[in-house]
Amino acid sequence: MTQENTLTFEEAYSRLEEILEKMNSGKQSLEDSLSLYEEADSLISFCNKRLFQAEQKIETLIKNREGDLALSSSGSAQREDFSPNSYSTLKARD
Amino acid sequence: MKALSVTELTAQIKKNLETGFSYICVQGEISNIKLQSSGHYYFTLKDAGAQISSVLFKGQTRTLSRPPKEGDQVVVQGELSVYAPRGNYQLIVKSVDYIGVGNLLLKLHELKSRLEARGLFDPKNKKPLPRFPKTIGVVTSPTGAVIQDIIQVLERRFKGFHLILNPVKVQGEGAALEIAKAIQQFNAHGLCDVLIVGRGGGSLEDLWAFNEEIVVNAIANSKIPVISAVGHETDISLSDFAADVRAPTPSAAAEICMAEKAQQLTFLSKAGAGLTQTLRVKLQNAKRQLASAKKHPYLGSPYHLLSKRLQDIDEMKEVMDTGIDNFLMQKKLLLEAKHKQASALKPTTQIKTYKEKFTQLDKGIYTALLLQLQKKGALVEKKSLQNRLDSQILLGLKAKNENYGRLISHLKAVNPKNLLTKGYCILFSEKNDSVILNAKDIALEQRLRILLQDGQLQVKVEVKL
Repeated sequence: MTQENTLTFEEAYSRLEEILEKMNSGKQSLEDSLSLYEEADSLISFCNKRLFQAEQKIETLIKNREGDLALSSSGSAQREDFSPNSYSTLKARD
Repeated sequence: MKALSVTELTAQIKKNLETGFSYICVQGEISNIKLQSSGHYYFTLKDAGAQISSVLFKGQTRTLSRPPKEGDQVVVQGELSVYAPRGNYQLIVKSVDYIGVGNLLLKLHELKSRLEARGLFDPKNKKPLPRFPKTIGVVTSPTGAVIQDIIQVLERRFKGFHLILNPVKVQGEGAALEIAKAIQQFNAHGLCDVLIVGRGGGSLEDLWAFNEEIVVNAIANSKIPVISAVGHETDISLSDFAADVRAPTPSAAAEICMAEKAQQLTFLSKAGAGLTQTLRVKLQNAKRQLASAKKHPYLGSPYHLLSKRLQDIDEMKEVMDTGIDNFLMQKKLLLEAKHKQASALKPTTQIKTYKEKFTQLDKGIYTALLLQLQKKGALVEKKSLQNRLDSQILLGLKAKNENYGRLISHLKAVNPKNLLTKGYCILFSEKNDSVILNAKDIALEQRLRILLQDGQLQVKVEVKL
């Protein structure tokens, strides 16, 4: 569907709820039902995509011995990728 | 100096300790208590400065007023025992005397009431969790089970998350300060929109950092909503009271963060299935309707569709026919009547009628006249006849009279009595007065009667000649 480009997740979600309500009312003609179903189907995949869209990141903050955050020159907290297993080995080496 | 083997050293220690402390009485707090399936209790007896492993065997538990539990302040009697294979020593407890709530618990309760009074646990200060957290902050040990559990749940169910760990010590000296600082750091840099603070299960003192005022304060003051996940489900820390949401386990904390997302995922999958089902049912119904419509008599034969109309038309036609017939009949009758009237009034007919009447009258007159004439004629004839009759009758009468005279003289001539005067007699049979005409009819000695001119004689036959 073309409208997907402009649709927000919330809009798609509430439209989906609307369609569900309509379909469940049983008042829709067969033809309407079919087109509603088609629309709902694309809305569902759109929402699903959005829900998993964010890039997965697991990070840990970098701290000094005093427990203060290591900051970048711009003053933001520095982080590095974190994996529970690799971290424990790193720590063990310390 | 001769080197001792470890076994030799341990044996010496064991001898010294076990004989030196064969009967001791110790006061302390029960901590980290575990009841094994064997029925033995293992716990640490401790105070602020030290601790000692202890064991209470099942046989000794029967003398207790109640089972020992975490935090119990007790005075125990027993003996020291060295366990050589592990090189540790422990207190074998023979009896337990309870001396009130443990110090830590007392401290905990006191702290709780104090912080509660300051409104740190007030439900109205609880912040709602973000519906869709973009970044989840975690304050816990980088090597503990908590971070692993959280990451595992998130990876399994909610791909596409962003997690930032602030690694901290979760027990021991300085832990509380680190935890509090980590919470403040997240807030100061706005690094996440929901925060999980926690650690795995442990004893009361293991969890103690999460009861420290500095941590409870940091949680209560956090602008970022905090989910606490301290210890096991049964462990309660003051951090739990201060947090916006308490999760029973670290996994649950991850689930709670993503509750909305989870709900939406469920909704989406249910919506998909529901819609498919609804549509399927709808299609089935439509198919069924179509099939039954096809079977409908209307579609089977056009007659069914038209029969009523056809019948209606027939009926209307009949009504119309009768109507027209009646109308025609009336008109016919009327016409006939008029025709009769007209023909009655036709001059030829009238003339004919008058002619007929005239003829009749003529005939009537004629017959009447004839009758009159006949009457007259008859009368005349009757008179002439009478006259003729009269003369004939007169003639007849004269002849009759002449015949009569002749007859009378003739009669006089034939009267038998006249014969008697001339010497003749009549013989009668005396029996039956019959006239006897022949001699053979008379028997001898028969009596006879003889009629003579002037009288009768009776005689008897004497001889037949």
